Amino acid sequence: MQSKTFKALMTGAFLTIGSGAMAAECIAPANPGGGWDFTCRQIGKIMFDIGAVDKPVQVTNMAGAGGGLAYTHVVSERNDDADLIVAASSATSTRLAQNAYAGMTADQVRFVGAIGADPGVIVVGKDSSFNSLGELIDAIKADPGSVAFAGGSAVGGFDHLKPLMILQRAGFTDITKVKYIGVDGGADAITQTVGGFTQAMTGDMSEVVGFLKAGEVKVLAVLTDERIPGFEDIPTAKEQGFDVVAVNWRGLYIPRGVSDDTFNSWADKLQMVADSAEWKEAMAANGLAPFTKVGGDFQSYVDGLVAEINQLSKDIGVIQ
Amino acid sequence: MEIIDNLALGFSIALSPYTLMLAIAGCFLGTIIGALPGLGPSNGVAILIPLTFTMGLDATAALVLMTSVYYGAMYGGRISSILLNIPGDEPALMTTLDGYPMAKQGRAGDALVLSGVASFVGAFLATVGLMLLAPMLARVAYLFGPAEYFALYLLAFCTLGGMASNNQAKAALASCIGLGIAMIGVDNSSGLPRLTGGNLHLMDGIDFLVAIVGLFAIAEVFFFIESHGKASSIGVKLEKVTIPWKDIMATKWTMLRASGVGFVAGILPGAGASLGSFLAYMTEKSVAGKDGGFGTGVPKGIAAPEAGNNAAAGGALVPMLTLGVPGSGTTAVLLALLMTLNITPGPTLFTDRPEVVWGLIASLLIANIVLLLMNVPMVKIFVRILTVPPWVLLPGVTMISFVGIYSLSGSYFDLLLMIAFGVLGYVLRKLDIPTVPVILGILLGGNMENALRRAMVLSDGDPMFLFSTPIAIGLWLAAIAGFVAPMFLRNLLKKPQAVTD
Repeated sequence: MQSKTFKALMTGAFLTIGSGAMAAECIAPANPGGGWDFTCRQIGKIMFDIGAVDKPVQVTNMAGAGGGLAYTHVVSERNDDADLIVAASSATSTRLAQNAYAGMTADQVRFVGAIGADPGVIVVGKDSSFNSLGELIDAIKADPGSVAFAGGSAVGGFDHLKPLMILQRAGFTDITKVKYIGVDGGADAITQTVGGFTQAMTGDMSEVVGFLKAGEVKVLAVLTDERIPGFEDIPTAKEQGFDVVAVNWRGLYIPRGVSDDTFNSWADKLQMVADSAEWKEAMAANGLAPFTKVGGDFQSYVDGLVAEINQLSKDIGVIQ
Repeated sequence: MEIIDNLALGFSIALSPYTLMLAIAGCFLGTIIGALPGLGPSNGVAILIPLTFTMGLDATAALVLMTSVYYGAMYGGRISSILLNIPGDEPALMTTLDGYPMAKQGRAGDALVLSGVASFVGAFLATVGLMLLAPMLARVAYLFGPAEYFALYLLAFCTLGGMASNNQAKAALASCIGLGIAMIGVDNSSGLPRLTGGNLHLMDGIDFLVAIVGLFAIAEVFFFIESHGKASSIGVKLEKVTIPWKDIMATKWTMLRASGVGFVAGILPGAGASLGSFLAYMTEKSVAGKDGGFGTGVPKGIAAPEAGNNAAAGGALVPMLTLGVPGSGTTAVLLALLMTLNITPGPTLFTDRPEVVWGLIASLLIANIVLLLMNVPMVKIFVRILTVPPWVLLPGVTMISFVGIYSLSGSYFDLLLMIAFGVLGYVLRKLDIPTVPVILGILLGGNMENALRRAMVLSDGDPMFLFSTPIAIGLWLAAIAGFVAPMFLRNLLKKPQAVTD
């Protein structure tokens, strides 16, 4: 019984640690370990280390409904909390564009900035007969059933949309014919592709770095404007004639009801993190490419993104 | 010898006093966490993750602490299975089948020592296996596509009918309830919510832990209330604790076989320790034949699942470290820890960060020995938990259940859901419907459906795709055999063995 009481006390103690007073709070709308959790922990830590905030940022994990639970929580219960930041990524804007947050819309919060992005990639196994993005696209045009994509997001998710955006630019309109299976994360998607069950993988750069170094895969294209530092031998889709830029940006949103001053102050803090050496190191270690947009700039970028994905999702029939 | 060099490097890290202390503390905490109903390895590790950050541990130290907790919880899970008939965690489910009957025969001490030894054998062999075979075995994952996974899950369900109940119709009904519950949430293949009633809390489906705590711990409390606190299933007597050498020797081959089965099950992504203990138990049950007396409290019925689930815990580390694909719920949490520590698991981890990998392997070996020493002499202490009257213990269990679930999700809704599962568990047990298949349905249903849907996308809806590879065909044959065999065996047996959950 003693040990049971001890256990109860331990659990209680950890719960209280999580609820410090007054310090800024960063909600990661997912369980520990994912991209959102990384965003909160890294940005929060660096903000404190460089003195942008005077107390350590508390990280709260609020997993559920692909970020929808945290979104609803912020909109309905924390709308004027000036000490709250929430991790966001392109998944957030994708789901908002597809009305996947139970009627919530993108204008119910303020997108304060993104400071880094995980570039989208199209990958095949090392023994694949495809050696360029063009060859892959031609094969799909000739027979859409011959190539199946695996990706870490569900059908209609960002990983699914990446090859569809490329195919649309290439003039292929019958995009509902494209085969895609959503598996549990990028590593799983690569495993399926290397195993030969699917022909190509669509995902983020950080998901493939380990496999690339081990020589298991070929990266056909990276979906950025410029080649990524450190991976200069991988061509962009753009230079292969497919003008698609699709990156999984990592950033923050804050509640709608805060003042413009608060918005600008968070934007400044984020800029400070972006300029710090610590953040550059963290980006390099995690396969992120520089991608800094803060303040009003970023808000209009997100608005544009939401509109584009909304249209594409209607085209493939994911939403009405 | 490269392995010797590597191991020497590992031990030079793991044998530092500080790391050693962390390993021992982790083992102790882990055993307690595992022993408490509802608090399994995955929530145990999840709850302790914040601790590693507050303590400012470096990557190796944090990993050593967390994997000690993980292994400790795998050991501890057996204790409440044997003493309370409530699995301390999901993989300990199978240990209840023979462990509790044995404890009721007055051999609780023997059951605990035997299961401790079996855990040691399983975990030790798996760690050796991890060390020797990790780079090679990691490639098994490449052989498993959607069709193979579907057949694998089917195998688990088919063999379930003969295991969980004497009445296959009731077991099938329970599986269907579990599968139905697994359908709740966003459909991965279309992105549309199913059966959620517009409730955001249900979008991610129902958390397995909420279901298991409700069905086991809360249902137990309802039964206790019904009996007005007089009679209770908790009341096993403990005689003198001695080391049952005879049983240990008699089960040595069982332990070895179960370790092998468990290790392979652990390597398969998504299968994990539950499938490991399940397959180990079923293998031994069929090896023993109808005279084996499985389900009545035989030593082999305890040794098999314990060796199996601990071996699976080691096996699950293989794909996690080498591919970054977690083999179980707990390794998924460990993966989360690694990524937060800026270590990206993958094929390059063994060459890029040898100190992390080999330090981890060395500390697993140490943790194992610590756990064996801790678990055999300390059996008395754990059994003493039992002598606490139920009217103290069960409210304690309830409290831990509520705190544990709330600390996982921070959601009030999950607590209500847990109570609902408690009611469901109570009703099912009143109707003599086993609850184990419900749990397996929830656990595997989503994966099984996803595998089928993916197979159908890849093959343009051609069902023959499911039988397209030798591995898949082999699994299908095993599944059919597993489903049909118990029906014939039942006719041969004069007195069917009742197996309670």
